Amino acid sequence: MIYDALWLVPLLPLIGFVCLTLLGGWLSRRAMAVLGVGSVALATALAFTIGYTFLTRPPATGHCTEVIGSWLAVGNLHVRFGLYLDALALVMMLVVTGVGLLIHLYSATFMAADSGYRRYFAYLNLFVASMLMLVLADNLLLLYLGWEMVGLCSYLLIGHDYADPVNGRAARKAFVVTRIGDAALLVGLLLLLAHWGTLQIQPLLGLAAQGWANGSALATVAAALLLTGAVGKSAQLPLQVWLPDAMAGPTPVSALIHAATMVTAGVYLIARLHTLFELAPAVQHAVAALGALTLLLASCSALLQRDIKRILAYSTISQIGYMFLALGVGAYAAALFHLMTHACFKAVLFLSAGVVINALDEEHDIYHMGGLGRQLPGTSLAFLTGAASLAALPLVSAGFYSKGLILAQTWNAPGMGVWLWTGGILGTLLTAIYIFRAFFVAFLGRPKSHARCGATAAEAVALVVLAALSVTAGFVEIPAGLGGGVQAFTGLVASALPPGPQPAHTGNLPALLELIASLTAVAGVLTAYYFFRYRPPAATAAGAHPITAAVGRLWQSGWGFDWAYERLFVRPLVMFTRANRHDAVDALFTGIAAGSRALHRGLSRTQTGRVRWYAAGIACGSFILIALMVLP
Amino acid sequence: MTLAWLIAIPLGGAVLAWLAGGFAGPWPRLIALAALALDLALALSLCWNHPLSLALPGNDSWLMRLDLPWIPRFGISLLLAVDGLSLILVLLTLVLGLVSVAASWTEIRARVGFFHFNLLATLAGVIGVFLALDLFLFFFFWEVMLIPMYFLIGIWGHENRVYSTLKFFIFTQASGLLMLLSIVALALVHQRQSGVLSFSYFDLLGTSLAPDSALLLMLGFFLAFAVKLPMVPFHTWLPDAHTDAPSAGSVILAGVLLKSGAYGLLRFITPLFPEAAAQFTPVVMALAVIGILYGGLVAFAQSDFKRLVAYTSISHMGFVLLGVFAWNELALQGVVVQIIAHGLSTGALFIIAGALQERLHTRELARMGGGIWSLAPRLSAVGLFFALASLGLPGLANFIGEFLVLAGAYQTSAGVTAVAAAGLVVAAIYALWLVQQAFHGVAPQGLALADLDAREMTVLGVMIGLVVWLGVNPQPVLNLAAPALDGLQQLANI
Repeated sequence: MIYDALWLVPLLPLIGFVCLTLLGGWLSRRAMAVLGVGSVALATALAFTIGYTFLTRPPATGHCTEVIGSWLAVGNLHVRFGLYLDALALVMMLVVTGVGLLIHLYSATFMAADSGYRRYFAYLNLFVASMLMLVLADNLLLLYLGWEMVGLCSYLLIGHDYADPVNGRAARKAFVVTRIGDAALLVGLLLLLAHWGTLQIQPLLGLAAQGWANGSALATVAAALLLTGAVGKSAQLPLQVWLPDAMAGPTPVSALIHAATMVTAGVYLIARLHTLFELAPAVQHAVAALGALTLLLASCSALLQRDIKRILAYSTISQIGYMFLALGVGAYAAALFHLMTHACFKAVLFLSAGVVINALDEEHDIYHMGGLGRQLPGTSLAFLTGAASLAALPLVSAGFYSKGLILAQTWNAPGMGVWLWTGGILGTLLTAIYIFRAFFVAFLGRPKSHARCGATAAEAVALVVLAALSVTAGFVEIPAGLGGGVQAFTGLVASALPPGPQPAHTGNLPALLELIASLTAVAGVLTAYYFFRYRPPAATAAGAHPITAAVGRLWQSGWGFDWAYERLFVRPLVMFTRANRHDAVDALFTGIAAGSRALHRGLSRTQTGRVRWYAAGIACGSFILIALMVLP
Repeated sequence: MTLAWLIAIPLGGAVLAWLAGGFAGPWPRLIALAALALDLALALSLCWNHPLSLALPGNDSWLMRLDLPWIPRFGISLLLAVDGLSLILVLLTLVLGLVSVAASWTEIRARVGFFHFNLLATLAGVIGVFLALDLFLFFFFWEVMLIPMYFLIGIWGHENRVYSTLKFFIFTQASGLLMLLSIVALALVHQRQSGVLSFSYFDLLGTSLAPDSALLLMLGFFLAFAVKLPMVPFHTWLPDAHTDAPSAGSVILAGVLLKSGAYGLLRFITPLFPEAAAQFTPVVMALAVIGILYGGLVAFAQSDFKRLVAYTSISHMGFVLLGVFAWNELALQGVVVQIIAHGLSTGALFIIAGALQERLHTRELARMGGGIWSLAPRLSAVGLFFALASLGLPGLANFIGEFLVLAGAYQTSAGVTAVAAAGLVVAAIYALWLVQQAFHGVAPQGLALADLDAREMTVLGVMIGLVVWLGVNPQPVLNLAAPALDGLQQLANI
């Protein structure tokens, strides 16, 4: 059976990593590329074959398990290298391998001039292997292994160009901030292990669902710890600060790790363990609220960035906010759908931005670009496709269908649904404005610099495929509001995830909501057109007022989170450790040593060699002794 | 007799190596390698001959025992015994012994014969500590391992070696004397109860003590082990000793000598004084967590490569202490894995520090100037690997140890465990800062640096292999240790 080969999917990129690491010295650059891209290509081919089988002849139970071997067994704790494939894992596996392959291919020429070519491909292969391990793991410890390994690869690749200490700082920041979440996640794992005696995901969920009352304290603590882990990895409030700086890494890395795959691991985690979150309604509400808040704050910040990659980074934070919003209202399938389309359109945005940056000799500032539409027409078109999808332009973009599904189901959520929906709609407006601002400023208008070169063939292939997907990937799910009733995606994942909130009203409401969302997106594009293409002075004038300027600075700096964390945590920590560099505890022992030395000096001073002093000493001593004896 | 040979072979090798120091050529090194390899083969044959069928419950966990009279008047005998726990520690000692001989191949040029005499004598003493089950004999070996180590640091050490070696000696000696007092007192109490004077571990187990005197006697043992481990606040000898020790000295110190403290805690504290230990547990667990965090934070501020790594040892040993006092199967297994993992990963970091010092003549991170990656990629990649092992990356040995310790400690105290988990964040901070300062950045103009040669690569390659192997397949070690740990827990339940 083809499912027996499932373990080869993560193993092939891992073999690529090992070969690149061990044989590296003997390989030509061409061989490195063949090995690096080839291993992922094989894994992708296998993954899609498995996916095809899963769609045509699904396993009877809706999932299958492959066990490679045992990892460790102590007492009641048994952890194995086991893979679990259901519709949720399948979607993740296909996204990771598919987008991963295209980005590997793109990298083969994009990184050609880099001196760390082998290191780059080794780490990228290791990343794909780890990410696949994360999404396919059938137990939480193996998931945690993948979780930490992708974090490591993220660190290594952000700091790929290690000569510049700025990159090193960004890489460390990313690792340490996410590790705060990871530590919480680990404590969550320990809690689950202590109470249910297993880390096997499916049995564990079954036990928890039976054993924990809805809203019980332990379930709430467990879910909150897991959420902290997810928030760190997926760059949500309040741990989002690492992602904009992570753009220091090479652009394909930003596309693969910091947009399409790794940062969505938190979304996957919550979807995978949704049973636990449903047992803790307070935490689930927090997921929705955090998502809504994050998407708004991040899109405000994206409005003010000049660095094209930072615009996209804030956009990623914001789009994952949509996914969290969906998870929080129980619309798991919608979250996963948006994860998939986002992986396509954000990858194409990053990859086309990469071509631009490369063509303009490492120019990141959109205000130094301009007029690229004529110089790099293909790349510009690819960017436009991605931008349209990100802005959720009606009908012709994948983002429209996935974001629409999230908004529709959010509206239907009981309780805060309408408020969350309003936040989502506001986000749609902001999203359309910030991404089309980037498009109008960088790609239209007067050229401000000369594009050195266009996309190579390999890069073009990746761009074309991803751009096509950014348009078409949404057609698998046509909402009822459009009279569609195509439900291929939600139908597929229905075997793994419960359905989202069902509409309480019928009639024209769904269509009306779709219409509002569509009009908002179009309004956003028009606003961007007015301010950044039609009358740019209007934008300058609006930003000149002291109040708007202050707000602008706040947004531009990411709402001052970095500023506050620097003063609250980083500086005190550095100050304390600096002050204690010589280890205050040692003062205790050196103090004892100094004390006895002083005593020694004092006593040795009495050894004067003068008989008079000795006689006086003896006399005094005798006097005191006698006095002590005589006195009662 | 195999057990006696385990100690006699390195001791004989030590004498031979000293004698061979008078001849030209690498004879002392070769003799040391041969003696350790022979001993390792002997220890491995114990694994072989005593397959894990002994792991069945109900069986005695001891694989082999040797009992010869020594000073029968005082009930002192040459009582040696080995179980899975001791065997693992003996194996670790021998592997790190081989590593440190190989690592000092070019570093040590003066008095080569005497150097290897001291190295092997220390190792013989450590093996004796792991095998001796007569408490007097245990104390004897405890001293035997100390004195040659004193010479290793004092003669072949770096700038501040006299201060460091004295500090090391006084700390260990003073705490060791407290242990001696406890040992004698325990034997006398036992004599008063049973009429037989004996220093045998097996006889002294289950001696009933008044709560106050049990606590006092336990503290005598505990302090000796806590200083050796070392536990905060008795740790300050370690950074000095490490900084000034030659590479081999640091490897043995971190990899093996500290482990004698961990071994002592496991073997003696709870089994001999179950109630007193239980009473003392909250205090120790708090100190363990403080050690994890404090060691890591102080490590972050260090500018000397070896000093930084020394402070990370204190942090890692906090996990060992936490696990020992959590005293359940998960935590104890975690302690065993953590002991091995720390020995390998920290030992390797000290070798890298030594390799850098040999090439650059400095241990100061600031003066290394970074950028070593572009000049010596193999050295840097290996350094990165062990820094990652040190921060507890899953898939490598240290993670298994830390995870099992935390999982076990969680059953004892969830709060303490949550704080200890913050140590993972601190570990990331210091480990990555080390990598940044040593290997990343731009190399200074005109700096020439040789990459690792075949000898160094072989040594470190073996250690990498072991760390990965333990990280993905710790089961053989867990199986070997299980009956011994089970036995210890049963002792404490009596």
